[in-house]
Amino acid sequence: MSATRIQTTAGPGFDPRRIKRDFPIFERNPGLVFLDSAASAQKPAAVIDRVSDFYRSDYANVHRGVYRLSARSSDLYEGARETAAKFLNAASADEIVFVRGATEAINLVAYSWGLNFLKPGDEVLVTELEHHANIVPWQLIRERTGLKLVAAPIDASGGLDLAAFEKKLSAKTKLVAVTHLANATGALLPVEAIVRLAHRAGVKVLVDGCQAAPRLPVDVRALDCDFYVFSGHKTYGPTGIGVLYAKRAILESMPPFQGGGDMIEQVSFEQTTFQHPPHRFEAGTPDISGAIGLARALEYIEELGRDAILAHEEQLTGYGVDRLSRLPGVKLVGAGQRRLGILSLDVQGIHPHDLATVLDQHQVAVRAGHHCAQPLMDRLGLAGTTRASLGIYNDESDIDALAAALTVAQKMFG
Amino acid sequence: MDTRELYQDIILDHGRHPRNFHALAHPTHSAQGHNPLCGDRVTVYLELDGDVIKDVSFEGRGCAISTASASLMTEVLKGKTAATAEELFKDFHARVTGHQHPQPHPSHGLEDELERLEPLTGVKAYPARVKCATLAWHAFEAALKDGNITVKTE
Repeated sequence: MSATRIQTTAGPGFDPRRIKRDFPIFERNPGLVFLDSAASAQKPAAVIDRVSDFYRSDYANVHRGVYRLSARSSDLYEGARETAAKFLNAASADEIVFVRGATEAINLVAYSWGLNFLKPGDEVLVTELEHHANIVPWQLIRERTGLKLVAAPIDASGGLDLAAFEKKLSAKTKLVAVTHLANATGALLPVEAIVRLAHRAGVKVLVDGCQAAPRLPVDVRALDCDFYVFSGHKTYGPTGIGVLYAKRAILESMPPFQGGGDMIEQVSFEQTTFQHPPHRFEAGTPDISGAIGLARALEYIEELGRDAILAHEEQLTGYGVDRLSRLPGVKLVGAGQRRLGILSLDVQGIHPHDLATVLDQHQVAVRAGHHCAQPLMDRLGLAGTTRASLGIYNDESDIDALAAALTVAQKMFG
Repeated sequence: MDTRELYQDIILDHGRHPRNFHALAHPTHSAQGHNPLCGDRVTVYLELDGDVIKDVSFEGRGCAISTASASLMTEVLKGKTAATAEELFKDFHARVTGHQHPQPHPSHGLEDELERLEPLTGVKAYPARVKCATLAWHAFEAALKDGNITVKTE
């Protein structure tokens, strides 16, 4: 990498250029300007090596074998659960259920908790900023429960209208399910206030932390949310693994989501009794290597420092807003009072897919389209946007490369 | 491949100023095409006189590729028989997906039309964009076959 005028973004010790060297993808794709971490983040060698080492050294099925290798594998898997619990500051590792990702986590809550506790007329309150993964599961169980799905609106700036949200909270509301950080626009939601308002009304809260978990410190006990979900692959970990956090008493009250091995105490053809959480919700052989790889990713994040990562993301987001909003014809899609890590662009006269194709020619990888948030796009009156999302390996030169390629595209389509 | 080869002037022109971009007053057939990946929608209108496409037009919103493709499609389809149009789509589809025969089909006499559509074949180097070029054609085919339905590219 050539010498540049880039300054260290988040104080001494946090250097995105050094961090970039931890990620083999950049070595093998020289010049890659990767601005799509919100879709999926790249993986540091530490994670890749941990997964590989686990298969080479310690692999066996968990919770079954009496032999030492299986015990070691089980210890590593359960150790990963401890790491995930610490990452969220959960009270206990028993409150951590390993799932395939945030989507499965929300579906688990919908099918296990929702089908059991929601009655006809009960309301699930979401926001207009949600990813489809926090809309469709509730619609899927709507027919079977008679629940009503209600969406709290955004305000003119693109943030959640908290006053309108409060008005939508009613005696019928049984669950609030909100994103922590909107994937399509980067709007950071006031989840502390949301939880406070909901709990005052006796309503449980699920927080979709997919975009927040890799970007800011998350403390589920301080937040006091009832459920918190995130995906491993967005936190620099492997695909196919994610975390559902739920308060222990709530998990205890929930019936199994899937049946199979590993989640039972006793099985006969007449009756089966189930394990306690979290194992009640982990039927079958789990993604052992995924959990262990995820734990390494979470450790890697902690090693860099979550406050330092937040400072870096804030600084770079600010730089991006400043740099990109100066380009004529480029409009940043509103993200309310606080935007973090995601820059969603509406470029006059250029369809997002055309723009993304031209950007790709300049090795700038962005996401184009509706970002699995069609209701939000409809609300904003946009077919889609071009989204640049930031990670720990990005620096100002990536934003500059995006801006330069954008200008080329504008000349082409202008 | 340079993006200028994908976004040739004719594509940019038809993307900016699509031809036959309106609804028909008296369509005999119409269908909507929808690409769920990007949310693009196109409605294709046909006025058939017997077996002949007397008029064809489209409406909708989409990227430069899908708009240009729809626009060029309406130009080449006008006056063709339904059977010829189907033949043309088959050949065009093979070309944009990179499966064409090495030589233009000698028998069907559609070389001029295929040449007109040639600029769109640049999408074959961009697999994610092939559907943009075929969206209007799928809607056209659906209109022809079923009259009034929504088709998806996936």
